[in-house]
Amino acid sequence: MRKKEMIAMLLAGGQGSRLGVLTRKVAKPAVAYGGKFRIIDFPLSNCINSGIDTVGVLTQYQPLRLNQHIGIGIPWDLDKKIGGVTILAPHVKGGDSGEWFMGTANAIYQNIDYIDSNNPEYVLILSGDHIYKMDYSKMLSYHKEKGAAATIAVLEVPFEEAGRFGIMNTEEDDRIYQFEEKPENPKNNLASMGIYIFTWSRLREALIEDRIIHPDSDFGMHIIPKMLDEGQAMFAYRFQGYWKDVGTIESYWESNMELIKALPAFNLYDDFWKIYTNSDHQPPTYTAPKAIVEESLVTDGSEIYGQVYHSVLGSQVIVDKGAVVRDSIIMGNTVIGENAVVERCIVDEECVIGKGVQMGVGENKPNETKPNIYNTGITVVGCCSSVPEGVIIGKNCVVYGKTKSEDYENGRLESGKSVVREGK
Amino acid sequence: MKAIGIILAGGNNEGRLGVLTDHRAAAALPIGSSYRAIDFTLSNMSNSGIGKVAVLTQYNSRSLKDHLTSSKWWDFGRKQGGLFVFTPFISSTDSNWFRGTADSIYQNMTYLLRSNEEYVVITSGDSIYKMDYRKLVQSHEDNGADITIAYQEMDRTDLKNFGIMLMDDTKRLIEFEEKPEHPKTNYASLGIYVISRKLLITLLEEIASRGEYDFVKDILIAKRKELKIMGYAFQGYWNTLSTGIGAYYAVNMDFLKKEIRDVFMNKFPYIETKAKDEPPAKYNKDADVRDCISGSGTIFNGKVERSVIFRRVYTGEGSVVKNSIVMEGCKIGKNCVVENAILDKEVELSDGQQVIGKSVSELAILKKGTKL
Repeated sequence: MRKKEMIAMLLAGGQGSRLGVLTRKVAKPAVAYGGKFRIIDFPLSNCINSGIDTVGVLTQYQPLRLNQHIGIGIPWDLDKKIGGVTILAPHVKGGDSGEWFMGTANAIYQNIDYIDSNNPEYVLILSGDHIYKMDYSKMLSYHKEKGAAATIAVLEVPFEEAGRFGIMNTEEDDRIYQFEEKPENPKNNLASMGIYIFTWSRLREALIEDRIIHPDSDFGMHIIPKMLDEGQAMFAYRFQGYWKDVGTIESYWESNMELIKALPAFNLYDDFWKIYTNSDHQPPTYTAPKAIVEESLVTDGSEIYGQVYHSVLGSQVIVDKGAVVRDSIIMGNTVIGENAVVERCIVDEECVIGKGVQMGVGENKPNETKPNIYNTGITVVGCCSSVPEGVIIGKNCVVYGKTKSEDYENGRLESGKSVVREGK
Repeated sequence: MKAIGIILAGGNNEGRLGVLTDHRAAAALPIGSSYRAIDFTLSNMSNSGIGKVAVLTQYNSRSLKDHLTSSKWWDFGRKQGGLFVFTPFISSTDSNWFRGTADSIYQNMTYLLRSNEEYVVITSGDSIYKMDYRKLVQSHEDNGADITIAYQEMDRTDLKNFGIMLMDDTKRLIEFEEKPEHPKTNYASLGIYVISRKLLITLLEEIASRGEYDFVKDILIAKRKELKIMGYAFQGYWNTLSTGIGAYYAVNMDFLKKEIRDVFMNKFPYIETKAKDEPPAKYNKDADVRDCISGSGTIFNGKVERSVIFRRVYTGEGSVVKNSIVMEGCKIGKNCVVENAILDKEVELSDGQQVIGKSVSELAILKKGTKL
């Protein structure tokens, strides 16, 4: 029987609803990041760089782009004879009617057969929500050293922010005695990063037992408290380095913008821990005689005729003559038309912004329908949308679909308003 | 596809490319920020549905082989077919380097014998073009030809560097002159041929028995009357590096033209190259980059104008790069001036260095790894 010391299970089924329209058509791990990457490239690359060559990717919400992106795993060298990457989707099971993945731990429970078939000693649980570089093999050494049943990667956060995280309360030797989700009065400042190593036999047992009580079994809410109650050895593994949750529009925008600093906290230009991604082809970028590009990342195949300041551009983006892009994220295959001005916006993939459009102008009023998602002044254009020539769009707006001029009253979309046009 | 491919990537073009081919075959020369010359032919093969391709190398094949370590970028990693890289070898009976273009194929006769495709498409590895070989093979079949040669009507002044074809009204070859002092026509062979596999085997064996080794001289020219050799007119961009540094510079600068980028990069099917997984290019605060193509992983701080910048290049603050080609991994320090120059890979210029050529026809060239 085949034997892998540790395999990874990557939870990539979540919608990431706080990313608003960006995750309307794709799961959060498939959202573009840093010009040429997608969020899932980070945990996948970390796996192969850490020597983990067997990865199950659990999909559920809008998996098309994720499936196409991962393929058979070639970009990450995960096209392996034994092991490699396997997409694990919810499925109908014999005799039973089958079900969706009901919770994070339930998703793993439903794929026990996959894990068993690899016969691992340890299982690494990852999510596709974070931007970071981490050597999981060091975490495994720690796990073995401690003789732990479970090891949870943690980040030290300022005490005043600890209430926003799942906090691990620990003994002096970092043994965990309690887990508190978003505690009002935090006793500790070690925040869970959602990265777990379990000794497989222990986790397997816990999953099967918990399944009977909680059909929506969740790691944070059920499995970890259960194993703690049983007195199993669980340790916090302190991670130092860049780790960013890109779960909200603001944090997503900020994390992209951090990359364009002269000396970013997170270095993509490192030869020894490369982040791999799937790009169809890699033509050069072109900057025209009158182009200005400053403080920006520009990805393969983009053509710049206008001006780009303090922005991150994906692949094959066209910024036409006279157009100005400032403080924005423009994802792949999007066209910014002549003389358009785009400020502090996120424009998703394959959009067309018409000539002379102005975006991101006016006062900063939160979005009317989703004020908790769009409230920092960033206007977001969803995937494959178009904006007709000459319209003026405010702040915290949402544009989705092939919008036409009649969708804009007096040629304007005031701050905080949304325009959504369904259909192809 | 009913053809196999052979790419002749052996040459260094008799040293016409100077220091640029000191350590690499012409087919391995970096082109257009992201590519090597052979990517164009390899992609043409793959995009034309030719799934089995042999690359015949000889001269300094290390960098070429490094480029070809994996065939998956061109989609050749298949059970049927695939990419074969042949270098000359010493056997118990023979210890010859390839003695000519035909000989390089002859020495790898098993490749031809073990295939069962009807045709062979033979090309060089140092030309830059996008061609659907299916159309070439179709024309070959329609004409019932023995050999078909792709040609182009050229209005260039250096016709004497090419094989010049004189054809009748049906495009049947009458005369073929290799690099003539006084060309009779301006129909130049592109060095792209189709021939039936069986006929190729027969011809190679026949000329080898007489000690002849050159595809052009001993087959095309010697047999032009007894064989039906036809011309196939190719429209569209075609250029070669084989004529020297000037051609190499011109081909790279051509990529600053939108219509050329559109042909190779924006219109499907694309030209593929080995994935290098570099992050996006980064433009820092005072970067001023105009009329320029650049590869991924490059970091700009200074001014760059009308230049071709490859991957993972660094330009320092206050530096100026103009009318130049800067290859992968070069580091240009602060306040440097690089003008009318070619910096081969991994050249490092310390702060304040100046590398200036007199003009674009008298370029300053720094060889790979030079540190100033």
